[in-house]
Amino acid sequence: MQIDYFYPEYEVVRNKEKCTRCGLCVSQCSNHVHSYSEEHRRMITDDAKCVNCHRCVCVCPVGALKITGSNHQFKHNANWSRRTIMEIYSQAETGGVLLSSMGNPKDMPVYWDKILINASQVTNPSIDPLREPMETKVFLGSKPASIERDENGRIRNNLPPHIALDVPILFSAMSYGSISLNAHASLVHAAVDLGTCYNSGEGGLHDDFYRYSANTIIQVASGRFGVHKEYLEAGAAIEIKMGQGAKPGIGGHLPGNKIVGEISKTRMIPEGSDAISPAPHHDIYSIEDLRQLVYSLKEATGYKKPIIVKVAAVHNIASIASGIARSGADIIALDGFRGGTGAAPTRIRDNVGIPIELALASVDERLRQEGIRGNVSLIAGGSIRNSADVVKALALGADAVYIATGALVALGCHLCRGCHSGTCNWGIATQDPALVSRLDPEEGRRRLVNLVSAWTHEIKEMMGGMGINSIEALTGNRLMLRGVGLNAKELEVLGIMHAGE
Amino acid sequence: MNIDAFAFDFQELNKEIKSSGQEELNIDNCMGQRYIGCGLSRGSLRIRGVPGNALGAYLNGADITVHGNAQDSVGDTMNEGKISIHGSCGDTPGYAMRGGKIFIRGNAGYRAGIHMKSYRDKCPVMVIGGSAGSFLGEYQAGGRIIVLGLGSDQPCPVGYFCGTGMHGGKIFLRCGQLPASLPDQVNAKLADDVDLQEIEEDIRQFCAEFDLDRETILDHPFHVLTPNTKNPYRQLYVHC
Amino acid sequence: MNKEGQIRIPSGCAISGIFSRSGSRFDGERIIKSISTMHDRSNGLGGGFAGYGIYPDYKDYYAFHIFYDSTAAKEECEKLLDRRFDIINLSKIPTRKTNRITDEPLIWRYFVTPLPTKLSESQLDEDEFTTRCVIHINTKVPGAYVFSSGKNMGVFKAVGFPEDVGYFYRLEDYEGHCWTAHGRYPTNTPGWWGGAHPFALRDFSIVHNGEISSYDTNRRYIEMFGYRCTLLTDTEVITYIVDFLLRKRGLTLEETAQVIAAPFWSTIEKKPPEEQEILTYLRNTFSSLLITGPFSVLLGFSGGIMALNDRLKLRSMVIGEKDDMVYLASEECAIRVIAPELDRFWSPKGGEPAIFTLNGGENHAD
Repeated sequence: MQIDYFYPEYEVVRNKEKCTRCGLCVSQCSNHVHSYSEEHRRMITDDAKCVNCHRCVCVCPVGALKITGSNHQFKHNANWSRRTIMEIYSQAETGGVLLSSMGNPKDMPVYWDKILINASQVTNPSIDPLREPMETKVFLGSKPASIERDENGRIRNNLPPHIALDVPILFSAMSYGSISLNAHASLVHAAVDLGTCYNSGEGGLHDDFYRYSANTIIQVASGRFGVHKEYLEAGAAIEIKMGQGAKPGIGGHLPGNKIVGEISKTRMIPEGSDAISPAPHHDIYSIEDLRQLVYSLKEATGYKKPIIVKVAAVHNIASIASGIARSGADIIALDGFRGGTGAAPTRIRDNVGIPIELALASVDERLRQEGIRGNVSLIAGGSIRNSADVVKALALGADAVYIATGALVALGCHLCRGCHSGTCNWGIATQDPALVSRLDPEEGRRRLVNLVSAWTHEIKEMMGGMGINSIEALTGNRLMLRGVGLNAKELEVLGIMHAGE
Repeated sequence: MNIDAFAFDFQELNKEIKSSGQEELNIDNCMGQRYIGCGLSRGSLRIRGVPGNALGAYLNGADITVHGNAQDSVGDTMNEGKISIHGSCGDTPGYAMRGGKIFIRGNAGYRAGIHMKSYRDKCPVMVIGGSAGSFLGEYQAGGRIIVLGLGSDQPCPVGYFCGTGMHGGKIFLRCGQLPASLPDQVNAKLADDVDLQEIEEDIRQFCAEFDLDRETILDHPFHVLTPNTKNPYRQLYVHC
Repeated sequence: MNKEGQIRIPSGCAISGIFSRSGSRFDGERIIKSISTMHDRSNGLGGGFAGYGIYPDYKDYYAFHIFYDSTAAKEECEKLLDRRFDIINLSKIPTRKTNRITDEPLIWRYFVTPLPTKLSESQLDEDEFTTRCVIHINTKVPGAYVFSSGKNMGVFKAVGFPEDVGYFYRLEDYEGHCWTAHGRYPTNTPGWWGGAHPFALRDFSIVHNGEISSYDTNRRYIEMFGYRCTLLTDTEVITYIVDFLLRKRGLTLEETAQVIAAPFWSTIEKKPPEEQEILTYLRNTFSSLLITGPFSVLLGFSGGIMALNDRLKLRSMVIGEKDDMVYLASEECAIRVIAPELDRFWSPKGGEPAIFTLNGGENHAD
């Protein structure tokens, strides 16, 4: 008998006294963890199949289930952890490249948690956000370099195209295909309600969503899926995807078996055809080529839409951003290494790229040193987890933030990190109609609107505390931040002082 | 209507083209202006001089003729229409092209037809009269790329790594000898009558466009390259 | 103890201004009397004045007022000035000893004009050339600090209560058509003369009360355009913003006010479409120059004076008018003490500039 060296990571614990054997857990688990044995007349669980997504726990009408980590142990070893050993077993068995989903789970520094926010005392007043005006409207786009006047001396409106958002939070790119149509519907409707934008991702735009163009950012990636004239016209802005924080330097591949029905139509490729997005755009091998693509999109859309260039936060991101800011792009989206993904090689996800906090701080500072910060707006993404992260990102220099993992969690995602399996029990990262139908787009919309509204209230509270009543006076206001437990180099890169200074 | 492009930068020229409202435009003295005909749905442009990069990007039905050479990225993400180039063109013509036809009388640079894909009734076609550079049809997912090798003294009119990453569509090479190193993921065979039928109309149009003799062209062996569905590119993944 | 520039020091204050619309000149006694009435708003750690029209004999020359820590600093600075400017006149600024003003630095005055060859070499206009030179001295020459650099105007400031500062500088000997004054209440005790107000750059001088919450947003933006905030004070950054918007971007005073104290979006939405477009344009274009937090400022410039409050009007500011005279101050008492009878007495709204110009001149500086 061949030994597979495998043991389950989780244990499904069933309280037999509570369980009524209603069978809901059986029908709800797409991973087939639960079953009912007629022979033994009892519920059986296969722990090995459990991904710890909590679907069964949440739906169990009598609260009979819980998932715990297995206490099965290797001999303690600080260097060779359970995960490290298990990865070797599975690679030794299959010869495969390790594949994971969602953001980097490793214990890397989260700088947001080592930054503290200021508040006013005595020398200037804090402001009550409930009763006094507190503005969160932002414009994203390039600023005019000079003031022009007509013959009557009236200022000529020479503003380059921009997007106006009621809140400094946008939903970041997730393609239809990587997530379900109902997840997309939730995002687009929430964006409309919130006065912000969602992002189509690189898989084209579903027919149903063309009408929400004011709240849509459409993406152009190396595979150019679904890119045609009407698609380019369909967004409030166009995003060129050069990279993604979870997998810098790595492309995407949606296998042919997922290119079915509406997804084939939206991507404009035949059913069953692989959708390959190579890591580079093969017509962009240098910065001047990016400029060519930026302007080709501007020409195609009559200079009416701002162009976003999304890049992964990598080591020399400040120079890269400087190049982009001179390419004609209107907005730069920076994606940090903790950003999520529908599938990425594990080693890439966990080891490539840099934290968004450091990338953002160095990019903002570099653009200012070069005097070109006004050429572009900055969107920061790659694990913005709460409203305090938003405030800190803005104070470091972002004009707005992208959220995606947070939005999926609001839709019910439990971060089981199994998106690549396509069997998402929450109807998010799946195309199985039965699973997709579990996500009610109206309920999804309500939850997303709640989430962002709650964050916005909190942002206003924090702004009020600082005595700032307009979000633009927060952007780049690093004096409002202090570090705790950071070394001198980290503080220098972040451009903030240590608490107490 | 004639437009003398010499004094215009690309934005002015393209504005002129879009605002002319004319079905037929002659553009003379072109000198590197980019994005000519970008996204254009109707009408025809005849270009003299050197049009700049991304000629006919996102082209959506218009007809472009270049009496001379074109530069890089001709017909980027083209959806419909026709681009004829009487001379040669630079790198990446037909990037991610989904429909329409690109006829190049002379040679094409590197990465011609990269990411070409077909969709429903759309089937993009690129015919290269001379020879093509390396990485012809890289990541090709659909459509037809035809290289005729006219005037080429090479046994095979394409460079290295032809069809690398190909997972759909077909490449026709007018030659008796296959490229030196085809990837395992690509099948190659001598084209039979059934295969040739598929390109008959393309060749006819190409010859009509450039006043060439169809018989001479067809009276020569062709090889046809298709993705090997039994041996696709595959990274073996293991979930963790 | 860190001084200005090494640490950011918020401070509360009193401000006062007197302006003659007809350009008639009067000496510094009245402005001293006005500011001293608000004695309790300052704490003796800074006072100062700006007078306009005080150097009619040298009105075409930049008047540099410079503090020196040492004669070595003076020599180095003068060498630098010599290389770039024609120095028409130089002298110690006359002062009068008082035990309430101590530790004075060397205080010198120079009337200068850029050397034509240097100016044409630089490809800059006269103002930009001079601005860069002032910023250069203040950031690169240790122990030298140019605290006044306008034409036909001068700033006089020191550590002390403003009335003592006025006495020290013998302001009764100067006659101008416009005076502003400042009494300072900094929240620590740097004791550095350069840190007192007004802050001035060429003809622009600012006296300011309040602490702005947008400071670093404003500073990091404005520093993209060649300015260096060396004092880390609100007044400094506001002066640079004003110089940038008025001179480099060519905005009018009203438009400048609409940038730095931009109306709320809800207010903008209620305006007629044309105005809405301009207000939105200005707010969007110069979003990083919106100043939030409490402030009231008096901006002095060659042709007039502008008073501006933050858009929530968190600081006090009143204006009195009598014949051709205009009085502006943090408190009414500071006006009534020198002008008991007024034709008009009012308080400008938050974010709405009150602009007074010489002989009804144009509403933009320069």
